Amino acid sequence: MNNKYEVVIGLEVHSQIKTETKVFCNCSTDFHSQPNTNICPVCTGQPGVLPVLNKKAVELLVKTAIALDCNINKKSVFARKQYFYPDLPKNYQISQYELPFAEHGNLNISVDDQIKNIGITRIHLEEDAGKLLHDIGARQLDCSLADYNRTGIPLMEIVSEPDMRSPQEAAAYLTALKNLIEYIETSDCNMEEGKFRCDANISIRPVGQKEFGTKAELKNMNTISGVEEALTYEVQRQIEVVENGGKIIQETRTWDPDEKITKSMRSKENAHDYRYFPDPDLVPVNLDDNFINDIKANIPELPEKRKQRLIQEYGLTEYDANVIISDKALVNYYETAVNSASKETENTAKPIANWLTTELLGKLNNAKLTIKESPVKAEYLGQLVALISKDTISGKIAKIVFEEMFNTNKDPQTIIKEKGLVQISDENEIIKICQEAIDESPKIVAEYKGGKERAVVAIVGLVMKKSRGKANPQMVNKILIDLLKQ
Amino acid sequence: MNEIIKMSATTLAEKIKNKDLTSVEVTQAFINRAKEVDPKIKAYISITEEYALKQAKESDKKIASGKEIGQLEGVPIAIKDNILIENIKMTASSKILENYVAPYDATVIEKLKSSGAVFIGKTNLDEFAMGSSTENSAFFTTRNPWNTEHIPGGSSGGSASAVSAMTAPLALGTDTGGSIRQPASCCGIVGVKPTYGRVSRFGAVAFASSLDQIGPMSKTVEDSALLLNVIAGYDKKDSTSIDVAVPNYLDTIKQDIKGLKIGLPKEYFIDGLDSDVKKSINEAIEIYKKLGAEIIEISLPHTDYAVAIYYIICCSEASANLARYDGVRYGFRAECDNLLDEYQKSRGQGFGPEVKRRIMLGTYALSAGYYDAYYGKAQKVRTLIKQDFENAFKTVDLILTPSSPTPAFKIGEKSSDPLQMYLSDIFTISCNLAAIPGMSIPCGFSQKGIPIGMQLLAKNFDEQTMFKSAYSYQQSTNWHKQFPNI
Repeated sequence: MNNKYEVVIGLEVHSQIKTETKVFCNCSTDFHSQPNTNICPVCTGQPGVLPVLNKKAVELLVKTAIALDCNINKKSVFARKQYFYPDLPKNYQISQYELPFAEHGNLNISVDDQIKNIGITRIHLEEDAGKLLHDIGARQLDCSLADYNRTGIPLMEIVSEPDMRSPQEAAAYLTALKNLIEYIETSDCNMEEGKFRCDANISIRPVGQKEFGTKAELKNMNTISGVEEALTYEVQRQIEVVENGGKIIQETRTWDPDEKITKSMRSKENAHDYRYFPDPDLVPVNLDDNFINDIKANIPELPEKRKQRLIQEYGLTEYDANVIISDKALVNYYETAVNSASKETENTAKPIANWLTTELLGKLNNAKLTIKESPVKAEYLGQLVALISKDTISGKIAKIVFEEMFNTNKDPQTIIKEKGLVQISDENEIIKICQEAIDESPKIVAEYKGGKERAVVAIVGLVMKKSRGKANPQMVNKILIDLLKQ
Repeated sequence: MNEIIKMSATTLAEKIKNKDLTSVEVTQAFINRAKEVDPKIKAYISITEEYALKQAKESDKKIASGKEIGQLEGVPIAIKDNILIENIKMTASSKILENYVAPYDATVIEKLKSSGAVFIGKTNLDEFAMGSSTENSAFFTTRNPWNTEHIPGGSSGGSASAVSAMTAPLALGTDTGGSIRQPASCCGIVGVKPTYGRVSRFGAVAFASSLDQIGPMSKTVEDSALLLNVIAGYDKKDSTSIDVAVPNYLDTIKQDIKGLKIGLPKEYFIDGLDSDVKKSINEAIEIYKKLGAEIIEISLPHTDYAVAIYYIICCSEASANLARYDGVRYGFRAECDNLLDEYQKSRGQGFGPEVKRRIMLGTYALSAGYYDAYYGKAQKVRTLIKQDFENAFKTVDLILTPSSPTPAFKIGEKSSDPLQMYLSDIFTISCNLAAIPGMSIPCGFSQKGIPIGMQLLAKNFDEQTMFKSAYSYQQSTNWHKQFPNI
């Protein structure tokens, strides 16, 4: 990247609040329902209907705001944001303008092991719009179909300060935000289902300049890596414009994930005038201290804190701790595994972290599975590591067992029994096998005795082969050398 | 003339309950009357004969079986056609909703159903309740039963005319800036705009949400009190309805008013007030003095601004409230091959000129750069008007004013001059801005025999004082016992 310019990025995230019912009516928020089955007069904007606020949505938004260290406004107001579109039944969206529920928060992100604090400008509550279909599969329709199931689903819009200075920081912010929200379970953050969406404001300015440059707003990025790609493209585009003597114009641009470019949607002149005004159908919401304190008291351990605990309690490295806390399901998996192993033996926390981050995550990744879908139960991974730790099986055997666990969902004990994989740690047994191996390898023995110490490796290999990998490798080493020296 | 149609709703309810009359008999009498005179006055958009007779039969069955009955069991009522009754057409007197069938019951309709009321028909109004004469109805203009050359007032002109012409003993209207009181005044009946939040707005087509209220219309004060008993109360479906206990308005209605302090706001007794109106109001004041009330001149200093800020607020809210009528999901749609044309043509052809005028005014007032100067400023002045009343009610219990500056004018007289038309609501508008209750009761006739009304205004949630004052007056006068010769 050109280092004459500094990049300035602010993000607006729309995260679907995890409620059973919509924000202003009693319709279900189920994502998988048939089109237009979760609808009623209120969310389809029939004449005469009135919105009634879903308190649960406010509670979950406030919970998120507290986790993001925001000030909660004691009084907040809903506003109508007006624009015409067929996915918006009332042709205005109930949102917030002045006096949102929360303001002035912040979130730590980490990029290249550097911690950076990103400001949160505000969090407000609004209703989602419906979905329009212009084609069915490959068939282009000559009309548009509207599905209002999504209309009125509560969203929290989380607006950041323009604090990010690179696309990588933007991606790190989104990852951290998504992770935090998943920890407190106020949203599913499922990006594929549109439950966590992001728009980005981006501008560049010469290094050292204080004023912000003219920004472009980017839309239609459906993954975190998509956001990073789009921003990276946009930085280059803006630099090229400026370097070629042009001027950045304020506009909204859309990311085309196939072409991997951003395209102009509309310029500032054509920007909507949303004509916000306070919604007269909804009274201002007054949140009392009890309401806020009750929510505060029920905030679970947040990622940052949990990371510190993992480092202190289990002696994990910062790196491993970061990987593990990056997903609530993952850290829960980890701690379940550790608890399970600790019933059997000690000092398993670190090896479990290794098994988890290298073996299991690698395999899950290849199989395109999430940690929640892991065929290896957390308890079983704990047991497996305990078995290694107790020398019941060797590390090498453990990999075979693990492979089998992954393929069959079985617990390690069962697999070891079925396959007869218990480690041979009986000294006499090992001496017997070692002696056989020595007897069968006179040439190698001669080499060893001739001073080529590394030749012993070949005999170890033979021992392992003879024991079908079950011989305790440390014992084999020691016994072989003892025998050879006799 | 059938005697039944001259009876008050209170009498009818009593007679039906005591089996002196059946509901079918009563309902049929009003339907017959409507069939006879409605072609001359056109109060109804639809007479729901079949529906009403079915309800009447059910009421009679209920009474015969000795089951518990409601306060309005078997009594017919006409409903302004901007209130939804499930499975019945609801047009709001607009082409854009000409064939719209209501998918649900308004809360007031639910309450009326459980009180046993019988829905006799849907009454005409100015399109979307915007107007003071019913001349803005997309279908036809309703006539004043006292003189069919004259307007019945508006926007609830159909309901007022229906009650006045004895085609219904009761009616529901809606009042945003005088739409119940002004037509009640024009047609010589009682019309009540309850305190904002007293009656649920759920299921009444929104015009200006912060001003709209549903209210009773009837020949007698008692009947309006009875009807308010049924429809009042907090509704969880309307966040702006207020959880204040509903008294039985009939319990206190007969209390005397000795020592009651009645304020006459000097700003309402202006030059240019019609001399017949002035005379009738002065006579009414004399009657109140005789009844033992103390008459005090008061000042409501911000009265002059009421009409101006009313039109900013109601148009702004209307511009958003009416955005949903776009032909996409229901209502009139002009088929076009692109979205923008479809919006423009559906709304362009579906709305009448007054509705369009108000949508444009409101859209302008809320636009970026104008909001503070118009909507923002209007809200501040609204607070001052509220304070005017708060101050006034520190010294008086009730405020008395003319309901309208002139008796009902002739059809066509003001339709080409919207400003003149807007001024016919000059005395009723402040009440909505201040959210207080107000009512109009007949207090005389002009020399040409057109009814004149006086307006009584009370403190928030003090409908009781208003009712007992109006009741005392009606006991001392005969205006409500006059019937138009139609």
